[in-house]
Amino acid sequence: MYQISKKTTRIWSRMGARAVYGQALSGMATENKNVLALSADLGRSSGLDRFSKEYPDQFINTGIAEQNMVGVAAGLARSGFDVFASTFAPFASMRASEQVRMNMGYMQEPVKLVALGSGLAMGFLGNSHYGLEDVAVMRTIPGLTIISPADCAEIYKTLEACIGLKQPVFIRLTGGINCPIVYQEDYAFEIGKAIWLRPQTNITVISAGTTVGHCLKVADALMESGISVGVLNMHTIKPLDDAAMAAVIHRSKTVFVVEEHTKIGGLGSAISDYVMASGAYTGKLYTHGIEDRYLTTGNYPFLLKENGLDAAGIEMFIRTHLGKQ
Amino acid sequence: MQTTNHVTALQIRRTIIETAAQCGEAAHIGGSLSMTDLLNTLFGQYLRHRPNQPDWPERDIFILSKGHAVLGYLSILHHYKYFNAKKLQTFQQNGSDLIAHPVKKISLGIESSNGSLGQGLSYGLGIAIGMNKRNQDRRVFVLMGDGECNEGSVWEAAALAAEQSVNNLVAIIDQNGFRNDGLTSTYTHKAQLASIWRAFGWNVLEIDGHDNQAIQTAFQKACDHLKGPTAIVAKTIKGRGISFMENNNDWHHNRITASVLDDCLKELGV
Repeated sequence: MYQISKKTTRIWSRMGARAVYGQALSGMATENKNVLALSADLGRSSGLDRFSKEYPDQFINTGIAEQNMVGVAAGLARSGFDVFASTFAPFASMRASEQVRMNMGYMQEPVKLVALGSGLAMGFLGNSHYGLEDVAVMRTIPGLTIISPADCAEIYKTLEACIGLKQPVFIRLTGGINCPIVYQEDYAFEIGKAIWLRPQTNITVISAGTTVGHCLKVADALMESGISVGVLNMHTIKPLDDAAMAAVIHRSKTVFVVEEHTKIGGLGSAISDYVMASGAYTGKLYTHGIEDRYLTTGNYPFLLKENGLDAAGIEMFIRTHLGKQ
Repeated sequence: MQTTNHVTALQIRRTIIETAAQCGEAAHIGGSLSMTDLLNTLFGQYLRHRPNQPDWPERDIFILSKGHAVLGYLSILHHYKYFNAKKLQTFQQNGSDLIAHPVKKISLGIESSNGSLGQGLSYGLGIAIGMNKRNQDRRVFVLMGDGECNEGSVWEAAALAAEQSVNNLVAIIDQNGFRNDGLTSTYTHKAQLASIWRAFGWNVLEIDGHDNQAIQTAFQKACDHLKGPTAIVAKTIKGRGISFMENNNDWHHNRITASVLDDCLKELGV
């Protein structure tokens, strides 16, 4: 069991998304012997070190072989285990993308594939390790649910929702240590149901992953200037929440999508596709994400700032576009 | 004297040829004929399965990783009455679920979707590990081609299976010596396929994949081997059973016309 409180979320924030993933899964493995963790030799980088020592029968290091890991995970998931297979985001989504397509897409084997350190969180490890295309690649696979938790509490919520779930899920973990805190008390989480963190107004900011936390800061700053902005946590990137999208289409006049992902094919594209297909959206839509290029490298805060994805950068983007209207 | 096994294999080859002819499209014939004797013995004697209860929880699992040889697989499943002739005749017809590669449908005896080479061993390995974790006395058999062994993912799975000493996993390599564009030269020149499997830590049995006695002995040894995974590297002849198709890669993927069909049936004599 876990408790979402001011105290726990502060601790989790300091630990960061990857360590919290390992800790959360360990807790679930204690209660549920059906839970298996697979890692492509990144157990120590995903908080699974303790898991592997405490529950050796529930852990497999598949070696540095992501394609095989996904196939093995599928065989185990087919046999009724709750399988969580993890590696860094580009290796999960691209090195093994065809295995994901055949096993988790075509055969719908209910693997939970966890993309660690997605977005810019890999910092100095560079572009080879950044997860900037994972959503775009995974989104094209039919029947694959994509979830990006907004903070560490939502990682717990996501894993809990995935236990016993007979469908494949790609779980995208963003953020480094000192993760933004979005939730400090328990709340209702349901896969596919987006959450309004600030009530809807004419201006709507939609985000997923740890950029949600930055967007909340921006909303608060804008409020001080008398600009009221709704913030929607679209934790489930696929399938998009129809009810939330209907509200956006019919009530929002300006929509900003903020994502730690290339602007090609990610959440911004998904929202854009959706509202265009509706034929009913008459407002403006702006996507704020990573440009179509390889990035200058630095630590995570540097990268967020350089790419305008820290709170200051997001606020400037929104103010600039609102000013143009 | 012809054995029952031999007669059954002839019937299955006839089904392959007739179904290919009947569908009116090109089909993968050579690789279906090369594995027929292996599959015939496996399904007839070693694979624990119940055609009248395809989802029998205690069954062994067969995965056709070289999915393009599906016609040989479907002909076996038809022989064991997983489905009738009418169903088989939908092979490669618009809208059918019996197409040029297996599509997972356990009610038809098809355990896995394949077609993208090099993926069946990983999936089978996961199933085999799962069986062991649940203390089930069940095995997984994965049939691959020698050309398929070009795929790097095969060796990722081979390494892990050996490392984990997965003793209920049997890989069958239908080494017919050809891939799409010609000879599988990778494993006939400097690197010998059986040696590679052995180097990866597998129990390796090298046999003539058309010698029924040798096939039986190999499956028995594979089932008896409890220390780790076994690879049966079976030398076969692509197009086996039809003289003009044997070692003739034109029949890797080709259409059987009415006159070709006549020639085939004369040769098969069943």
